[in-house]
Amino acid sequence: MEFLRRQAKLSSTPIEPVSRDSVSEQGMLKQPGFLALLWENRKARMGIIILTIFMLVALVGPWLAPYSLSDTNFALSHPPSAAHWLGTTQSGQDVLTQLIYGSRVSMFVGFVAGVLVIFIALLVGFLAGYFGGWVDEVLSLAMNVMLVLPGLPLMILIAAYMPSHGIWEIILVMSITGWAFGGRSLRAQMMTVVQQDYVVAAKFAGERPLRIIFREIMPNMLSYIIANFFGAVIGAVLAEAGLEFLGLGNPSITSWGTMIYWAQSSDAMLNGQWAWILAPGLCIALLAASLTLVNFGIDAVANPRLQEE
Amino acid sequence: MKYFLRKAGFLILTVWIAVTLNFILPRLMPGNPAQAMMAKYAQQGPISPSQEHALALMLGLPTGSLWSQYGQYLGNLLHGNFGISYSFYPEPVIAVIARALPWTLTLIGLVTILQFVVGTLLGVYAAWNRGKKFDSTATVLFSFTSAFPYFWIALAFIYLFSYMLHWFPLSGGFSGSLSPAWSGAFAGSAIYHSVLPALTIFITGIGGSLLGMRNNMINTLGEDYILLGKAAGLPEYVIATRYAARNALLPIVTNFAMSLGYVVGGSLLMETVFAYPGMGYLLATAVSNQDYPLLQALFLFITVSVLLANFVADILYGLLDPRVRKGGVR
Repeated sequence: MEFLRRQAKLSSTPIEPVSRDSVSEQGMLKQPGFLALLWENRKARMGIIILTIFMLVALVGPWLAPYSLSDTNFALSHPPSAAHWLGTTQSGQDVLTQLIYGSRVSMFVGFVAGVLVIFIALLVGFLAGYFGGWVDEVLSLAMNVMLVLPGLPLMILIAAYMPSHGIWEIILVMSITGWAFGGRSLRAQMMTVVQQDYVVAAKFAGERPLRIIFREIMPNMLSYIIANFFGAVIGAVLAEAGLEFLGLGNPSITSWGTMIYWAQSSDAMLNGQWAWILAPGLCIALLAASLTLVNFGIDAVANPRLQEE
Repeated sequence: MKYFLRKAGFLILTVWIAVTLNFILPRLMPGNPAQAMMAKYAQQGPISPSQEHALALMLGLPTGSLWSQYGQYLGNLLHGNFGISYSFYPEPVIAVIARALPWTLTLIGLVTILQFVVGTLLGVYAAWNRGKKFDSTATVLFSFTSAFPYFWIALAFIYLFSYMLHWFPLSGGFSGSLSPAWSGAFAGSAIYHSVLPALTIFITGIGGSLLGMRNNMINTLGEDYILLGKAAGLPEYVIATRYAARNALLPIVTNFAMSLGYVVGGSLLMETVFAYPGMGYLLATAVSNQDYPLLQALFLFITVSVLLANFVADILYGLLDPRVRKGGVR
């Protein structure tokens, strides 16, 4: 009940900025409230906790890992033991060490690609939704075309023709192919916001469109944008794993996707090294699930209709 | 009518884009795939110019200006000529695809239909009993499973059911001792081999249709006509099925038509994990063998079927919901 009352308070605070100068101030004032609300949502809290753990592991990875990543002097293809909690690979590396270092690459790719995707989506979606008319026609057509082309086969086709395969190529492929979904939902959102009084007022006051979009409107859509960003990161993490599993990544880089690629190609399953193949997949799943959970929370806070009792 | 014409125009445009993308992409990248092939051959020994010429002819390397190449390419497509596969040389690409397609269509097609029906029904049930035990367990469980990379679930299944319990074969579409034929033994072997792949697709897909239907249904349950139905004292099941579910089904129908389009592509990674002899596995082999003609043809097949299915979905939606035709929503 406490939650509901706070919710009601949040939605009744005026969203119209009073004057130009108070825009950023208001945006900053509102944020702690939003985060506190998010924290009170059970699903979101769980997601935030898991996500934070992953981030910490990625940050302090080298101090946390039991062995050095380049150490290949262990017994080959060992199942999990006390010395090697998750066993060793067919070339004598410690799987747990790989897993910890792999989190850095996988999360880096996921978040960088997520930022790029949401940036393109913001630009396209906002411009289309704000200006309407022929700008909208052209951009919407581009979005619809990208939406309807099957994502993974398209990514595979582009990646297969790339002269080299590395982290940045994967990020590039995902940014080119992944922006349309976020673009469309941000466009729809923009189309409703554009009709609100404060935007109309800002237009009449003669403000430049870019300023209205990014200074007046964007702060009010922050929760929506964050949700879209997390969605993009989930897509990127899963797509990265898929591409690397197919051998379209750089197999000499240690990430969760390449770990599964190596485990699969050296028949880890048949040698009883279940941990080697299952652990990286579980990490991908947990990371994606934690982002989904946070998104549930954002949805529940921002969209009263979906609110849980 | 205008609605349908516009959708047909969009179909033609997108197919053209896919076809042209397929033509341009290889030419955008530095070098060309056949040269890469030749470089690989050259590692085994020097290649004389005449050998190089023969290899170029064998691989069907394009000649002439970009525009004449484009014309040639379009002409070939219209005649169903997708070139010769590198990895299954000298088989034409189209024959390789024809061999893989039935596997994918039967397995993935059947499971997709089944998964949709079951998922949608459960979604109706969950939405109607919103917040109760089944609903809260199902939503949490399936939002969690939908976050799993589905090829990983396939790997986990293989480990559990094939490696540990020996219930099912490790990989393949039929027993190695048989060859494809219309016989009982072969059919039995094929079904036996398809159980785990089918289970994987079913489990990973059902969450999506359940949650989709549930959320649609919750939205329709908030509409005034539901309230009116309740006020009029209609029996609960009438409101649930005829009032709410029927209207919530609209977007689901189009989703269904669209996902049938995705059937042709196979469950790409799943098929790869199981080495199931369908389209997805073929695409993965084409990638790892750098079999570019096969890769391109597969991309076209998959894309065009998705585009067609999307077109059908749009038409269906227009027929079922007059508001869409009149340019109201969406």
